Amino acid sequence: MSRLPVATPALSMRGARMSFGTRTLWDGLDLDVAPGELVAVLGPNGSGKTTLVRVLLGLLPLSAGEVRIAGRLPQRGSPTIGYVPQQKALEVDLPLRGRDLVGLGLDGHRLGIGLSSRRARRERVDAALAAVGGTQYANAPVGRLSGGEQQRLRVAQALVGDPDVLLCDEPLLSLDLAHQRTVTRLIDERRRAAGTAVLFVTHEINPVLSLVDRVLYLVDGRFRIGPPGEVMTSSVLSELYRTEIDVLRVRGRLVVIGATEHCRGTDAESG
Amino acid sequence: MNELLDRLFTIAGTGELLGLPFVQNALIACAVLGLVAGALAPLIVARGMAFAVHGTAELAFTGGAAALLVGVGVGIGAIAGAVTAGLVFGLLGLRQRERDSVIGVVLAFGLGLGVLALALYSGRASNKFGLLTGSIVSVDATNLVVLTAVAVLVIAVLTVWYRPLLFASTDPDGALARGVPVRFLSLVFAVLIGLTTALAVPIVGAILVLSVMIAPGASAARVTANPLLATVLAIAFAELALIGGTVLSLAPGLPVSGYVATIAFACYVGCRLVARLRGHHTAAS
Repeated sequence: MSRLPVATPALSMRGARMSFGTRTLWDGLDLDVAPGELVAVLGPNGSGKTTLVRVLLGLLPLSAGEVRIAGRLPQRGSPTIGYVPQQKALEVDLPLRGRDLVGLGLDGHRLGIGLSSRRARRERVDAALAAVGGTQYANAPVGRLSGGEQQRLRVAQALVGDPDVLLCDEPLLSLDLAHQRTVTRLIDERRRAAGTAVLFVTHEINPVLSLVDRVLYLVDGRFRIGPPGEVMTSSVLSELYRTEIDVLRVRGRLVVIGATEHCRGTDAESG
Repeated sequence: MNELLDRLFTIAGTGELLGLPFVQNALIACAVLGLVAGALAPLIVARGMAFAVHGTAELAFTGGAAALLVGVGVGIGAIAGAVTAGLVFGLLGLRQRERDSVIGVVLAFGLGLGVLALALYSGRASNKFGLLTGSIVSVDATNLVVLTAVAVLVIAVLTVWYRPLLFASTDPDGALARGVPVRFLSLVFAVLIGLTTALAVPIVGAILVLSVMIAPGASAARVTANPLLATVLAIAFAELALIGGTVLSLAPGLPVSGYVATIAFACYVGCRLVARLRGHHTAAS
């Protein structure tokens, strides 16, 4: 971590604990994410990945410990955070254009119709659209765009407010390989250009493996943080899952054998 | 056949009728209703709440029928029924599938109660029929005051919360992450629907509320994806249907709802045609 020259971490957690009733998702979680760093959050369903995202968005309080984003407590609707959700098809008849979806990320939480300062708004929305290569469908109905195009717009929506931290919650799910590459490239470009810290929640590390600085691997209340080369090993994962896990490297991809059987769909994960 | 057409489409005497105070009241009421219904319609379409509006309308009917029976104002009863229904739908079923079945169950129960209340009511039969199919004679000066007050309230709430409502209606995940109170707004929106539905029921009737609260929004969504333009178009379609339908219904002396529903439907078909003719020009490349 010392290899990144930083003053304040973009995101910092100290002794963070999250529990629902008697069930503890994680405890004693210390994590500093430096500006421009990309941390992948991995783990089976129900391990608390989405809960972590909700904490950072200020939608859930920690059970114990503390969390700071750009030095401040998480706040609902804070402009310091951008959020890219997983791709869900938008309704075909939605009365919304590409630029509206992006613009809502800028001022959709504000009161009023938004008739003032439209010029400045338009410039920012145009810039965000251009950054994700979405200019040509800026005025198209969002519901008629492909899943990949919609996901580009969601990236633009997350970035239009110029956040310090980008939270991505399974942003590649249900995208084909080409669009997965596009979305990861856009996120990577952004963090390099603007020093945005990225927390990338995913169940599949391979699409982002080459970009990941560190991995936070959560399993049943246990976790491990470190560079992929240290965490994604047979011994570490076997320890986390408490069963025999083999991690193989095949042509630059990681194949984890034995873990899927343990990725049971528990219902503890909220959201 | 020709006789029937002559009966349906006559404008003989429309001029004199337009001078009558009750007709003018009805036209003002229609203009106000068109504004509110049109303004809400694109958001209703975006939220996929057509069935919820239908259910709310049936509950407004129940409330109105119950009010007739106990002898209080039909308008008050309709508002009470519709707002209760809106809140129930808003609270119980936030997920679409669950919401649909909840609405179906509550709607059927409400209709049953309404029919019972009408059967027990011993007053004028036209009062009964008016709730289901609408009647412009029912609009008097008092109604106009209530109508305008409620309309001002709905428009004010809509103006203040327009952006968060649009955000929550079109992209709930993104809205939640940006701190928009999505759940709270769905209740607010349910109340707005309840109030507007209650205003529409005495005019177009419980059965045909969808023609002013859904059709204009669905039509607009066919020809534009610009949310503000869609709102303006939806208001225009709603006004055209309501005012045009009222004027056309005057001389024949037939229920206004048939004319309103027909114009609203024609707008929808027209918009679909326009969208088809434009083909994929507006769609993504």
